[in-house]
Amino acid sequence: MNTKAKLLGAAALLSVAMPALAQDQTGDARIALSNNYAGNSWRQAMLESWEKVGQQAVEEGTVAAADTFTTSENQATEQAAQIQNMILQGYDAIVVNAASPTALNGAIAEACSAGITVVSFDGIVTEPCAWRIAVDFQEMGRQQVDYLAERLPEGGNLLEIRGLAGVFVDDEIHAGIQQGVEENPQFGIVGEVHGDWAQDVAQKAVAGVLPSLPEIVGVVTQGGDGYGAAQAIKAAGRDMPIIVMGNRQDEMQWWADQRDANGYETMSLSIAPGVATLAFWVAQQVLEGADVPKDLTVPFLKVTQDNLDEALASTPDGSVANVEYSLEDAKAVIEEAQAQ
Amino acid sequence: MSSRFRILLPVLSLAVLLAAVFYMQPRAMSYFGLNLLFNLAVPIALATVAQMMIIMVNDIDLSTGTFVSFVACVTATFLNDAPLVGLLILAGAIAVYAALGALIEARQLPAIVVTLGMSFVWGGLAVLILPSPGGSAPGWIRALMTAKPPLVPMAIVASVLLAAVAHFVVMRTSTGAILRAVGGNARAVSRSGWSVIRLRAGAYALAGFFGVLSGITLVGLTTSADANIALRYTLLSIAGVILGGGEFTGGRVSPVGAVIGALTLALAGSFLSFMRLSPDWQIGAQGAILILVLAVRLVFARNGRRKEAQHG
Repeated sequence: MNTKAKLLGAAALLSVAMPALAQDQTGDARIALSNNYAGNSWRQAMLESWEKVGQQAVEEGTVAAADTFTTSENQATEQAAQIQNMILQGYDAIVVNAASPTALNGAIAEACSAGITVVSFDGIVTEPCAWRIAVDFQEMGRQQVDYLAERLPEGGNLLEIRGLAGVFVDDEIHAGIQQGVEENPQFGIVGEVHGDWAQDVAQKAVAGVLPSLPEIVGVVTQGGDGYGAAQAIKAAGRDMPIIVMGNRQDEMQWWADQRDANGYETMSLSIAPGVATLAFWVAQQVLEGADVPKDLTVPFLKVTQDNLDEALASTPDGSVANVEYSLEDAKAVIEEAQAQ
Repeated sequence: MSSRFRILLPVLSLAVLLAAVFYMQPRAMSYFGLNLLFNLAVPIALATVAQMMIIMVNDIDLSTGTFVSFVACVTATFLNDAPLVGLLILAGAIAVYAALGALIEARQLPAIVVTLGMSFVWGGLAVLILPSPGGSAPGWIRALMTAKPPLVPMAIVASVLLAAVAHFVVMRTSTGAILRAVGGNARAVSRSGWSVIRLRAGAYALAGFFGVLSGITLVGLTTSADANIALRYTLLSIAGVILGGGEFTGGRVSPVGAVIGALTLALAGSFLSFMRLSPDWQIGAQGAILILVLAVRLVFARNGRRKEAQHG
């Protein structure tokens, strides 16, 4: 009798507790991160951000688990197998930074048909059932020219440092810069070099092209190349133009030094590795039943004269400025996409 | 090592790994679960059988990965848009494989150098056909790979079928026996009146054929292709052949073992993933599993030889 009474009591308790549980819809949801590569500082920062935000969300009871998986080799077939394993492990949502935009589609379709929410970011996938948080690289190029137009209303000559030839990202940023120059005809691009997103390559390339260039007022970049450009221009004894930076630690350090020495002013923008946490919250929102458009855009992380010291202090040597996104940030991104 | 014993160790390794996976992830013990565990192993198994054909004649193919990638790109583009052209290209690719075999034999070239060179050719062609990832799988192959036969999942049906066909061709036909003899003693084969050039060309053509099947099934699973999609298959296929009881020399191969070896390798990946092992350790752990199996094989082989010596 006693045990029976206890059981009845437990059942009664459960029935009282159930509605409360139902309100917090994602409390027992498990989210996994499928990552294809961890071999550079950007990816390391990305994993750290995910761990930090994921752990906090688990402690607060927003989700039940936020595990990370990285394939041992950066290969699409490995990652497809990894995603299929995640289906078996019963995750409710899978957040993917994909090794290939297409080669994972079969595995992702399997996940979708098993009722799993799939959110891809940075390395996005083309499978229609997945959500995509993409980077608008064209906008990244355009905004640089817009900033220069604001600073230098009378315009002038620009030097463009491009990335690695033949890579999609390079073409996109370049297209954005060209569009920006068309919209602001007071500017003209007088030189174009490939800096391969590396400071030493950029320095050599800029040093090589400088003697043939007229006076330049601004340098538009793709990130990872601003510091090298500054070194080359300094070595040539030229006036320092406005170099748009890409959030790398050495770039921001140089900028801060110049600011302290002679009041140098510029801006810096790139994608924060913390975008993984944005994808985390988007997945959580989808699980909660929110109406989320399939295509979302990653906001840029901008460093300006005002928050330079702050960004620099929080960025380790050799790394890139980072930010962890919150649930509110994710909601803002979703709303922006809904408005379009 | 007798051929019956040759197959025992791969079967045992697969069974142990499977039991471990079932223990860690009971959900895998279902129709749906088995399919998810093994469907990506089907193209690996086909690539492994292709590699086995080459190893059978004492050569090694370093272009398997790029060749399968190339076939995947052809499948997702030509075979889908213009099936006839696609089939012609794939038939041409098999012919190129046969020609390579003939060339290697006729000029006595090292296969490792020729196939390494060919890996750049296939890789280049793949990028030419599909400069950026995309294309789409022909409907029939997608339907075939996602088919749900009653009782046993497609991945298992395909693996068993492949093992049976490869076993029949290599172990049960007279051509298969002569092909294995090329690996055993090419000079004896040639002295008894066979053209080793034609035989080696045949073995390479078989490899090309199974490589083509591997690429087609891979696209059937992924729905679209990427020029770098199967680069890992080169090493996976070699490891699969050896894990399955094959040897680099002497024409000693086991088709059934090769398929089981490929399944074991695929399963090892899942096992490590279920263990939540850090990716820094995963490659090492995968290697450790391989070394463990091979070490066990060596111990058994040595014991077997000792016994033979005692009795014989």
